[in-house]
Amino acid sequence: MSAAAIGEPLTRVDGRAKVTGAAKYAAEFEVPHAAHAVMVTSTVASGRITRMDTTAAERSPGVVTIMTPANAPRLPNNGRAAVNPPAGRVLQLLQDAEVHYNNQPIAVVVAETLNQALLAAALIDVRYQSTPPKLDFQAGFPAAHVGKNKIPSMLSEGDVAQGFAAAEVTVEQIYTTPKQNHNPMEPHGTIASWDGELLTLHDATQYIFGVKQTVAKTLGIPEDNVRVLCPYTGGGFGSKGSTWSHVVLAAMAAKVAKRPVKLVLERPQMFGPVGGRPETYQHIVLGAKRDGTLTAIRHDCYSHVSTVEDFVEPSSSQTRMLYAAPVITTSQKLVSLNVGTPTFQRAPGEATGTFALEIAMDELAVALNMDPVALRLKNYAEADPTSHKPFSSKHLRECYEQGAGRFGWSKRNPAPRSHREGNLLIGYGMATATYPANRSESQAAVRFEPNGRVTVLSGTQDLGTGTYTIMAQVAAAKLGLPITLVDAKLGDTRQPQGPVSGGSQTAASVTPAVQAAAEQAVLKLVTLEISNPGSPFYGALPEELDFKEGKLLRRSAPASGIPFTEIVGRNGGAAVEAKASAKPSQDVEEYSQHSWGAVFAEVAVDESLGMPHVRRLTAVYDVGTLLNEKTGKSQLIGGLVWAQSLALEEETHIDPTTGRPVNNNLAEYHMPVNLDIGALDVSALGTPDKNFEPLGGRGIGEIGITGASAAIANAIYHATGKRFRDAPITPDKLLA
Amino acid sequence: MNSFTFRRADAPDTAVEALAHDHAAKLLGGGTNLIDLMKQGVEQPTALIDINPLPLAEITPLPGGGLRLGATARNSDTAAHPEVRAQYPMLAQAILAGASAQLRNMATDAGNLLQRTRCYYFYDPAYLACNKRKPGSGCAAITGFNRIHAILGASPECIATNPSDMAVALAALEPTVRVRGPKGERHIHFADFHRLPGKTPEIDTNLRADELILSIDLPRSSYAAHSHYLKVRDRASYAFALVSVAAALDLDGTTIRSARLALGGVAHKPWRAEAAEKSLKGKPATADSFRAAAELALAGAQTYKDNAFKVPMAKQAIVRALTVAAGEQA
Amino acid sequence: MTGTKKGCDHGQCGSCTVIAGGRRINSCLSLALVHQGDTVTTIEGLAHGDQLHPVQTAFLEHDGYQCGYCTPGQIMSAVALLDEVRKGQPSQVTPELRKAGPVELTPDEIKERMSGNLCRCGAYPGIVAAVQQAYGQTQS
Repeated sequence: MSAAAIGEPLTRVDGRAKVTGAAKYAAEFEVPHAAHAVMVTSTVASGRITRMDTTAAERSPGVVTIMTPANAPRLPNNGRAAVNPPAGRVLQLLQDAEVHYNNQPIAVVVAETLNQALLAAALIDVRYQSTPPKLDFQAGFPAAHVGKNKIPSMLSEGDVAQGFAAAEVTVEQIYTTPKQNHNPMEPHGTIASWDGELLTLHDATQYIFGVKQTVAKTLGIPEDNVRVLCPYTGGGFGSKGSTWSHVVLAAMAAKVAKRPVKLVLERPQMFGPVGGRPETYQHIVLGAKRDGTLTAIRHDCYSHVSTVEDFVEPSSSQTRMLYAAPVITTSQKLVSLNVGTPTFQRAPGEATGTFALEIAMDELAVALNMDPVALRLKNYAEADPTSHKPFSSKHLRECYEQGAGRFGWSKRNPAPRSHREGNLLIGYGMATATYPANRSESQAAVRFEPNGRVTVLSGTQDLGTGTYTIMAQVAAAKLGLPITLVDAKLGDTRQPQGPVSGGSQTAASVTPAVQAAAEQAVLKLVTLEISNPGSPFYGALPEELDFKEGKLLRRSAPASGIPFTEIVGRNGGAAVEAKASAKPSQDVEEYSQHSWGAVFAEVAVDESLGMPHVRRLTAVYDVGTLLNEKTGKSQLIGGLVWAQSLALEEETHIDPTTGRPVNNNLAEYHMPVNLDIGALDVSALGTPDKNFEPLGGRGIGEIGITGASAAIANAIYHATGKRFRDAPITPDKLLA
Repeated sequence: MNSFTFRRADAPDTAVEALAHDHAAKLLGGGTNLIDLMKQGVEQPTALIDINPLPLAEITPLPGGGLRLGATARNSDTAAHPEVRAQYPMLAQAILAGASAQLRNMATDAGNLLQRTRCYYFYDPAYLACNKRKPGSGCAAITGFNRIHAILGASPECIATNPSDMAVALAALEPTVRVRGPKGERHIHFADFHRLPGKTPEIDTNLRADELILSIDLPRSSYAAHSHYLKVRDRASYAFALVSVAAALDLDGTTIRSARLALGGVAHKPWRAEAAEKSLKGKPATADSFRAAAELALAGAQTYKDNAFKVPMAKQAIVRALTVAAGEQA
Repeated sequence: MTGTKKGCDHGQCGSCTVIAGGRRINSCLSLALVHQGDTVTTIEGLAHGDQLHPVQTAFLEHDGYQCGYCTPGQIMSAVALLDEVRKGQPSQVTPELRKAGPVELTPDEIKERMSGNLCRCGAYPGIVAAVQQAYGQTQS
């Protein structure tokens, strides 16, 4: 088998485990004597618990312990010792009797079996002193506040009044997106077990080191006492990026119960206690000259937060860098509601922001009687219009060109309602996709094993993103080995530390560390050999040696190679391992770093029934190097499915009286099924961005959801002649 | 899920006897709705009587035409049955429009008739007010989020809808439901099987607590050539209907000899639109006739905060379903 | 065995799909007692030793999964689907319902028949391609 190459569409190294059911997710580990815990959650949205009668529940068969605000262990700083997003959030850890949202954790029941715990939980009698909850988002605008967050609340570039005064054509509209919940297929779950003062957590997470730090700090124990394991994450999309209440509650319950405890959320508990995407209300004004040149952009956003913690859904982010307008003004304001704390959900900001901005651009194109692609090219930003930095790499123009060509955009008659097939109105729409390129410090280790295999380790996560595969692939490519000789290991805090799997940064952060570790491991082999009198390389200078196809050799005599197993054997027989760390260089600060894409959509709308169908999406992305074409494309495809879901299906509905999510299940919380998805033509330019990271790859996990939802909405406009600005565009809205 | 005793019924009579002895007992067929509701804590039977071993799974021709669907015939087998497909294609369509392949493999035909509403406020015991779950407690849906709720035949006590697709097609096909109770067999006209909520929304059907459904008996149909089941929903598959229509025409050339029309997603029961059917009789099969029928079908509609869209949606779905039915070739 | 997954516990996601008595079902809504005497096949029972089932191989080749959590259910569903199609069972997208006969396994037929299995990662196109390949390989 030949050596692995970067970009090669290799099958996932963890694939076999996944298709045979052997892959073990957090809650599936067999921990001896584990008891089952369930969370009891509130049924009111605001107020306090006045009485919690657990008498009947305690007598229920199999009950081990019941933890309530009355008897839960007291935690340092009321359980808020670790608040530091993304890992540490304001949690509900039974430290007081306050209720901040409906479905908030208020007790934990531990029993011998899951069913016993559920039955006992239903017997707990809770009385509340309820206060009227704040649930009306728009009613909260006058009292909106700005967030304590890294994201600036108000930014202006240029003279705003002048910019709009210079406009000959103006588009001004309101766009909205709804509350959503991540709903990975794997529910959040934790198994906590104590061995004396040492705590082991099997947790479904996107950030094992975040869990370790947060749980340790919250409980007030040394970080070294906590080990977190998560070899497989059954989807996360942001909800598993933070350590939520149930993780700490599981650890507390295990301590109280004096035995391991397994706590898995029921599906309805995925609506509130583990975050979600906040509702947004976005006011956009675009000013332009008759020729399409933008003179000014205004993008003012409201999103909601909980009453306990701020989180900004930065819908205006992309507006600050996407188009070359001389005047750009944006703002972000927050409305406190009695709902679960919103959090990062796939492309927080850009997913909702591009929905609004890219529909607005389509409206401007219509107002100018201009082709939507031409309008975007007219305002193409050669440099970041607000930071004024050059882009690390930008090939968006090629995305538009290739996308339009592959899609057949030139065949579009720009007139709305111009294409009909029987009862169906057909429409074409397009939009720009963009997402920042993120990278942070990461560590990895590479180990030459005595058995001839290589192990690559990093304490990161694979959420289905392909981390296992690209770790193995990058190590194999670096060492000139087939991927079949490399074992990737992740998901254990005993491994070298990796960052949160969020912000599409895992690959760009971990693979440079893998490469560095591979280099260091080879250097160790070299050092061993040149100082070992028994080696043919004894006394050689390091620069005279090279490592190829698993062998150390002299550059002057490539046939002289010696397999690393022989070297390992000669030097005591123990694996030769090196650890390395990699972080973005200072140079990176000189660039504005983003990924790009162009998305084209064809929809068929049956307007008398209100039913839309996305027939096809063509998307071309500039995401730098694709490290693995197969898993990379899957990420982009998954993003497009999410975009379609945002545009047409997904919405968490809240009961207007009690604040309880009404469609808190997978039958009524609609996300696309297989039949919803049309033909997807996804490609990546593959132009490396070496200004960003050594292999030239930028993140791919989130860009797919950006822009595409607007492309679909724009196609619906083209099909029907009606503009829809409120997601999701469901049959009740679409019905003509 | 509460604890319960479990026994297998070896004959219809033993199942009926078991029900008579224990009023908190429930018959277990496919379990797709009952087990679901038990997990929700909405249903809490003390005993489950497994009727799957009963010899009631056959689909057999009835003397003089017509077809008998055994109570425990699976939805998937019913939809795939050559006689169902040939004589009652709309029924096959309706079944296949519902749920998923897995659920249809489990769900029985009788069980399909006994599905309970998908009203959020019924399903989630965290809501205190639900007259269907807890008689006298009120209706949270009327002032709540009621996008999926009824527009026809509701009462101040309950605005829930029946979630079945199959039952909508059946409503248009006029079968009888053959049941056995302690005093022997009786036949319930399909139109009388399901109830409107009135003041007792906790009672979904006129099946008595001690009765077992034996079969659904379909009469011979003259509608096979011109029928259509249309379902409007939030996604292309695996979603409950916002509105659905079972439309069937018996045509003499282009003139309508008789019509059948039933709606789903709009009422507490599969909603038969008889006035609309009558209006079509003797009329040409044209869009105008269909539009007039649609107006009649929705004449008494009452909407709530979030479900006003169902009225135009239902009207347009009726016109579409009738149009497709009329155009379908024999 | 932990291959069969709990995603919703209410028959709304398909992650728990197994084949019992020759049919795919949602195991979360099934009492084991009702299946006494039935052969139940879970994802663990599909491969013969190291020899994967053609559907498993096709999922690997077409990347018909990402996080893998819904995958056992998807694969069990796909295996049953092939059998159902061979038996001529119709779906809601089958063009001619009135006449029983062979089913042409178009992409829409695959999509509809796989719609009882949610995949939040959005791996649907890969799943469709995998089923197409497996159907081709297991024909004859």
